[in-house]
Amino acid sequence: MADSFRISGAGRFSHAKTARFTFDDKPYSGIEGDTLASALLANGVHLVGRSFKYHRPRGILSAGAEEPNALVGIHRDAARKTPNVRATVQELYDGLTAVSQNRWPSLSFDVGAVNDVASPFFSAGFYYKTFMWPKAAWKSLYEPKIREAAGLGVSPDQPDPDHYSARFAHCEVLVLGGGAAGLAAALAAAESGVRVILVDEQAELGGALRFESAARIEGQDGWTWAQGIAARLKAMPNVRVLTRTTAFGYYAQNFVGLTERVTDHLSSPGMDQPRERLWQVRARRVVLATGAIERHMVFADNDRPGIMLASAARTYLNHYGVAVGRNVGVYTANDSAYAAALDLKKAGVNVAAIVDLRDNPSGDLIDQTRAAGIEIHGGRAVVSVGGKLRISSMTVQPRTGGKNQRTIPVDALLMSAGWTPSVHLFSQSRGKVAFNEQVKRFLPGTYAQDCISIGGCNGTDELSTCMDEAYAAGLKAAKDAGGKTAKAAKPKVEADEVWSRGMLGAAPGAEAGTTVKAFVDFQNDVTAKDIRQAVHEGMRSIEHVKRFTTNGMATDQGKTSNMHGLAIAADELSRAIPEVGLTTFRAPYTPVTFGSIVGHARGSLFDPTRRTAMHDWAERNGAAFEDVGQWKRAWYFPRAGEDMHAAVNRECVTVRKTAGLFDASTLGKIEVVGPDAAAFMELLYTNPWQKLDPGRCRYGLMLREDGFIYDDGVVGRLAADRFHVTTTTGGAARVMNHMEDYLQTEFPHLKVWLTSTSEQWAVIAVQGPKSRDIIAPLVEGIDISDAAMPHMSVREGKICGVPTRLFRMSFSGERGFEVNVPADYGETVWEALWAEGQKHGACAYGTEAMHILRAEKGYIIVGQDTDGTVTVNDAGIDWAIGRKKTDFVGIRGMKRPDLVAPGRKQLVGLKTKDPKVVLEEGAQIVADPNQPVPMTMIGHVTSSYWSENCGRSIALALVAGGRDRMGETLHVPMPDRTIEVEVTGTVFFDEKGEHLNG
Amino acid sequence: MLLIRCPYCEEERPELEFRNAGEAHVARPADIAAISDEDFEAFFFIRSNPKGIIYERWRHIHGCARFFNAVRDTVSDKFVMTYKAGEPKPKKLPGVAK
Ligand SMILES: [Zn+2]
Repeated sequence: MADSFRISGAGRFSHAKTARFTFDDKPYSGIEGDTLASALLANGVHLVGRSFKYHRPRGILSAGAEEPNALVGIHRDAARKTPNVRATVQELYDGLTAVSQNRWPSLSFDVGAVNDVASPFFSAGFYYKTFMWPKAAWKSLYEPKIREAAGLGVSPDQPDPDHYSARFAHCEVLVLGGGAAGLAAALAAAESGVRVILVDEQAELGGALRFESAARIEGQDGWTWAQGIAARLKAMPNVRVLTRTTAFGYYAQNFVGLTERVTDHLSSPGMDQPRERLWQVRARRVVLATGAIERHMVFADNDRPGIMLASAARTYLNHYGVAVGRNVGVYTANDSAYAAALDLKKAGVNVAAIVDLRDNPSGDLIDQTRAAGIEIHGGRAVVSVGGKLRISSMTVQPRTGGKNQRTIPVDALLMSAGWTPSVHLFSQSRGKVAFNEQVKRFLPGTYAQDCISIGGCNGTDELSTCMDEAYAAGLKAAKDAGGKTAKAAKPKVEADEVWSRGMLGAAPGAEAGTTVKAFVDFQNDVTAKDIRQAVHEGMRSIEHVKRFTTNGMATDQGKTSNMHGLAIAADELSRAIPEVGLTTFRAPYTPVTFGSIVGHARGSLFDPTRRTAMHDWAERNGAAFEDVGQWKRAWYFPRAGEDMHAAVNRECVTVRKTAGLFDASTLGKIEVVGPDAAAFMELLYTNPWQKLDPGRCRYGLMLREDGFIYDDGVVGRLAADRFHVTTTTGGAARVMNHMEDYLQTEFPHLKVWLTSTSEQWAVIAVQGPKSRDIIAPLVEGIDISDAAMPHMSVREGKICGVPTRLFRMSFSGERGFEVNVPADYGETVWEALWAEGQKHGACAYGTEAMHILRAEKGYIIVGQDTDGTVTVNDAGIDWAIGRKKTDFVGIRGMKRPDLVAPGRKQLVGLKTKDPKVVLEEGAQIVADPNQPVPMTMIGHVTSSYWSENCGRSIALALVAGGRDRMGETLHVPMPDRTIEVEVTGTVFFDEKGEHLNG
Repeated sequence: MLLIRCPYCEEERPELEFRNAGEAHVARPADIAAISDEDFEAFFFIRSNPKGIIYERWRHIHGCARFFNAVRDTVSDKFVMTYKAGEPKPKKLPGVAK
């Protein structure tokens, strides 16, 4: 029984090796070169899946990327489980494991199929109607149930072990599609000497020549010709041929995204190969040769396994050597299905009958078919089919109706309603399609980019015309892109296949008023009746019909369904098709894996990690780290037996008692230099700078033009024309951008140069009463006495023999220094300071202790205690504004009426009535805890800690009219209790500031 | 991904190297501290948001780091031209019918 539908002598892989595979644990064998679909069909398997909504049994519709039904899971191992793979695209390899989806407990018996019986419940728009109320039920009941029952495959639950690569490429001519037209265009362009990239989604080039058995080009059959051209192109140094590659997106300025499947067809891919490769191609000219896709006929139960596109059956026969049945029927409104019937008949398959909707089909192909002894039923329709898991018969009657029915047994039914040009990429390029009334097709109309459509996607039917058009287009594209005149001769077509048009919309038996399930969109289970219902319920535009019915919204993006859906809607609206409109095509053309998009940017390569010069020391000394933007910062340094709380308490106390060393390297640093440096600083900061003496520092406050606080930091003036500016850690890059923006565009007359020096200086903060004693033995050439170097001053000299910018400043409220040294010396100087510190009982402290120490002093952190809506006055730091200044960024914004209105939230301190209770940062504050919900919230907690130095909890908060509420009791409602707090000043420790010189 | 011509580097570079910086030719008033609420509103908040030609500021942030101006069509996304910061708004645009 194995492989029993393989026809000896047919197909192109007759001598290929056997490939074993399993489908739902059952072993089968196929041959190398097969797709999973052709291998299953060779074994007589048509039933491969269940549908999305009704769980109806489904078979294989197509032989390509348009497949809506035959979606399976491909499992390589526990981590490599790819859902929703189209069996018609997946190449077979030895050992392939495939499983069907969306069925339970088995494919042939599925409990979910009850949805099919209950289908009125799931009609068009059911998502919007059935489950609207009650709201709570949506979350707890409807959504989980729907998610469970619906959906397609199952996502893998382990990290993807494969890797994915990415490349950029440039070329003069990019040809998308490697069928006859694409090959001819690529050849013409390549012979002109320009760089050409030819892309095709199949493993081999040739496109529709895979099945068009009658085509003859240059004295060869079409397929053989195609392979010859492909080989010739691959050998040319200016040509890159990418097979198994899909052009999924066409973006601005001829930028095209390609995804190349590198290993999905291999039995055991090596880890040295990426699974997929993303190509981002910029082309001078793009040639679209994307072909056309056959449409199915829309009739009752047209989704039964065994019913497929005529071109697919022909492909399985002519390319793979597989008969899709032994006794097939054909249902068509189009000539091309006759060619399929003839090929099958010649291969020894019985063709039971051709049912043609057209009254008097005529022409060569029809004559040949008749001569071959195949019955043709003109002017008739298939109105029903027998069989559930596989078609067993078709019932035929005159298309105009009547009781003259006849049931013909068949085991497969080939259908063709005509061909839809694949204008997806053209449409993505923002080209406008135009409806051709004569052939009832949307064809490329107005172009938006430097591209050209040829062949099937341009509505060109005859192969010889295609070839002329393609060759000319290839030549012109190359010439327009700067190529020379081509030498090659145009390929000559000797025999051709000509297909006349077909039909759009529902076939007789599925017309308005009927209740049959005639599927338009197989993947989303949308029937002709659903589309009509959408119109009845008021949808007028196809965009609305699409969303209401979900027609064309599945992963196949309606490749087979869009035109039928549109025609049915237009018919129901009694309007012309172009008036109802075509939905917009969007990238991706076929689904693209996340892996392909993400490439190498995952895990530790997702975002750069920044480490300071002292990082390794901190690591060796047991620091716990926290992420601050891209930085890794030492959070606290636990000693043996300490938890975070104990370590942080010890660090806070030690700093105030003796001293602590803190790595402040992540602070942003900008060197502002030039004769107009002070004038520039005056404009960018609220503070006055002109009169600041060299050697002195000042707290700088930066606003945005709207008057809100943007950043802050201590600035040291090193010389009349040189400032050492520090910024917050998170603000470094944007402050630099902000400064550059003003310097380049608003104040270009100022002679100033800005340099980011954040990475150049390592910064070691030494804070605490013993800080001077610690640095003293190491500093050379700087008098660090209080008299010579008071608080807020800066000196240049040496420390441990290396240059330093030594700041006397404090973010702890204690006497303190910040030692800036070139980053390369950071760790060495830290080690030396650490050794000195040990003599005085100093500790290393991390960001947590730093936060607490500054909060004890009421020093704000921009971005924590401010949030982009806080003014200088709100923060209570008006003293930082130079009162005599006539201009700085934000000077006007801060005077806007709302920013000076009373009642704004102001920064205050909060003390919990129970000193042991620590508030939650972000918690909301109310005046009256007994008011009804929703309560009026008057503020929120911005910083909150346990302060070991104060022996109680402390907090900062923004509270409406806060400074007028000193001593007031407010309330912080939490899920389990309401916490009473007292409004206080923002300084909790050493209110007089004596410790700065302590 | 768009290609953008940096008028300082004098070549087309991929969009990844650039950052948009809002509408161009919105000059900060020299006497900003003295202007009325209405004038401040017009300067700071009101932007043209046209369907069609827009004048924008861009920065070649991962290149020469210069700010420059660009004329772009918001319908097609196409850059019509770019020019240096401080240069006047171009009167004639290449390839745009007026
Ligand atoms: Zn540049």
